[in-house]
Amino acid sequence: MLAACDVRLTRGGRPVLAGASLALGPGDLVAVIGPNGAGKSSLLQVLSRALVPDRGEVTLDGRALADWHRAEIARRRAVLPQAPNVVFPFRVRDVVALGRSPHAGVSDRLSDRRVVESAMAETGVTHLADRLYATLSGGERQRVHLARVLAQVWVPPDDGSACYLLLDEPTNNLDLAHQHELLRQAHRFAASGGGVLAILHDPNLAAAYADRIAIVRDGQVVVDAAPETALQPATLSEVFGLPVEVIRPDGFARPLIVPAPATVGANALK
Amino acid sequence: MTAAADGPRVGRRRISPAGLGLPACGLAAVGGFLLAVGHGAVQIAPGEVAAILGEQLGLIANADVTRAQETVLLAIRLPRAVLGLLVGAGLAVAGAALQGLFRNPLADPGLIGVSNGAALAAAATIVLGGAGVLGLPAWLVPHLLPISAFAGGVAATWLVYLIASREGTTDVAVMLLAGVALNAIVAAGIGLLIFLSNDQELRDLNFWLLGSLGGATWDRLAVSAPLILAPTLLLIAQGRRLNALLLGEVEAGHLGVAVERTKRTIVLLAAMAVGAAVALTGVIGFIGLVVPHLIRLLIGPDHRTLLPASILLGAALLLAADVLARTLALPAELPIGILTSTVGGPFFLWLLLRQRTQWAI
Repeated sequence: MLAACDVRLTRGGRPVLAGASLALGPGDLVAVIGPNGAGKSSLLQVLSRALVPDRGEVTLDGRALADWHRAEIARRRAVLPQAPNVVFPFRVRDVVALGRSPHAGVSDRLSDRRVVESAMAETGVTHLADRLYATLSGGERQRVHLARVLAQVWVPPDDGSACYLLLDEPTNNLDLAHQHELLRQAHRFAASGGGVLAILHDPNLAAAYADRIAIVRDGQVVVDAAPETALQPATLSEVFGLPVEVIRPDGFARPLIVPAPATVGANALK
Repeated sequence: MTAAADGPRVGRRRISPAGLGLPACGLAAVGGFLLAVGHGAVQIAPGEVAAILGEQLGLIANADVTRAQETVLLAIRLPRAVLGLLVGAGLAVAGAALQGLFRNPLADPGLIGVSNGAALAAAATIVLGGAGVLGLPAWLVPHLLPISAFAGGVAATWLVYLIASREGTTDVAVMLLAGVALNAIVAAGIGLLIFLSNDQELRDLNFWLLGSLGGATWDRLAVSAPLILAPTLLLIAQGRRLNALLLGEVEAGHLGVAVERTKRTIVLLAAMAVGAAVALTGVIGFIGLVVPHLIRLLIGPDHRTLLPASILLGAALLLAADVLARTLALPAELPIGILTSTVGGPFFLWLLLRQRTQWAI
C-alpha cells in the first residue's frame, strides 16, 4: 500500500497541496483527474518522494517513505515523468536498461537483460532497440520510457509485497490507439498485482480503464470513488468550469463525458 | 507460441563495442607510455626499457644498455611519462564526469572554474610570491606553487558550487553560468598580474600558463601523484549514477540515486583531479573536452565504460602530445598546451560539424 495522508505542501509561497489523501493498493488502477494547477503532479511527486510534504505522512507498506532506503524504494515503485529527455547518443535498449540500475548488485545480469527485452516487447519498442534515442518521435520516446519504468518494477520484491507505477500524464504524445494500448498495459500491471496511479487529462480514458477516479481540486482530493460514482455531471462541471454531460450509450460499459451541447457546436463559436 | 512460453528472446551475446574498445584504449595507453619513455635524443627500445627496469628490480644481472640510456630513462623519461599518464587520465576522466553531470557535451573541467582558479593562484605565487615566501619553512618553498594552484582550483570550484546552491539543491545550469562569470573575473586577475610582473616572472608565468610536463621528478611525483590518482580512480565508481543522471535529476532520484550527494562528490573529485593536474603541469586544454567525445564516438556513451576508457585514452593522447612537444622543435621544447589546443581545437570543430544534429539540445 502506497498512501498519502493529509499531506500539505507549499511551493514558492503558494499552497499546492492542502490536506490531500490518497491510497494506492495492490491491484488498483487509480486515475487522477483535475484542472491545470490543481496539484495532481505535486501529489504524484509527494507519493514518489521527489517532494517531501511540509505536513502529513506518506507511507509505503505502512512504513514512512523517509525511513526507506532510496534504492529499496526504487525497486518497488517507478515513475514515468512528463517529457523526459536523454542527452548523448544512447540507444533505446540502453535507455530501457537504465530502469534496471536500482537492481545493480541485487539481480544478475542475465535476468536484467531478460527483463529489458520483456519490457520492450510489452510496450512494442523491440524493433527500435538499436535505434538512437534522439532519432525517435515523441510517441516512440514515451513508449521507450514506459518500457524503462516497467523494467524497473518488473519483478516484485522477494517479500511478496507489491510494486507501484506512478504515471504523470502518460498519454502525452501518444496517438489514439497507443493511448488505449498504454492504459491496457497499466491495467495488466495492476491485474498482475501491482498498483498504478495515472494522471490523465481525458476523463473518458479514466472512465474506461480506472478502478477508481480521484478528482483533485485546489490541492485536495475532493472525490475518490469508482468511475460511475465519481463522474457526476455537477461535480465535473464545477471542478473543470465547463458544463458537461455524462452519457451512457448502448454497448458502453463505462460512462462517457461530453461537453454540454450549449458549450459546443455552432452557437458556442459565435 | 513456444517463443512466448519461453519468454522473450534475449539478444545473442555479441562482442560489444565496449568489449573491444576498452582493451584498445589500454593498448593505446601502453603504446603512448613506451613511446614517451623510448623516443627522444637518446633512443631506448621497449626491450631495453624492460631490461633497465628488470635490472633495477634485481631480476636481470647485466642489462645490455648504455649508462646514458639508464640515466635518461630513470631520472628524466620515466617520471615525466608517469606524470603524463596521471595528468592525461585525470583531465580526461574529470571532463567525462562533468559532461555527464552537467548533461552538456561542451562542459570541460575549465568551465567550473578549476583551471583558471588554479592558474590565478599560481600566477599570484609567481608574481607576488617573493614576499610571501619569507617566514615559510624551507621544505615548503619548492612546493608552494603546486600547493597554491591546487588550493586555488578547488576554492574556485567551491565558490561556483556555493553560488549555484540554494536550499540544499544545486542548479547545474546556474553553476555553468557562474563558472563562466568567475572565469572572466579570474582572467582579468591574471591579466593584472601579467601587467605587474617583471621579465623573468613573465617568462615563468607564460610557461606555466601554456603547460608543460617538464620538471617532473620522483620527489614531486611522490607528493602529488596520490592527489590525482585517488580522485581519478574514485570517479570510475560513479558510472552507474552518471548514466541515471542523463535522464535528469528528478528521474535519477526516482531510480534511487542520491542526487545531491552524487553532484557534490563528482564536482569535488573532478576539482581535485584537475586542480592537482594543473598544479603540476600548468594549464593543458582540450584533453578533458575531446577525449570523452572520442570515446563516445568509438565505444558509446555508457559511463561505466566511458570513464575507464577516458582514463586510458587521455593518458595515451597526453603522452603522445608530450613526445611531439619534446621533439618537434629540438633542442627547444614546445609548451604542450599549445600543441593540445592546435590539434584539439580543429578536431573538435570537425567532430561538431560531423554530428551537428546529434548534439542539438
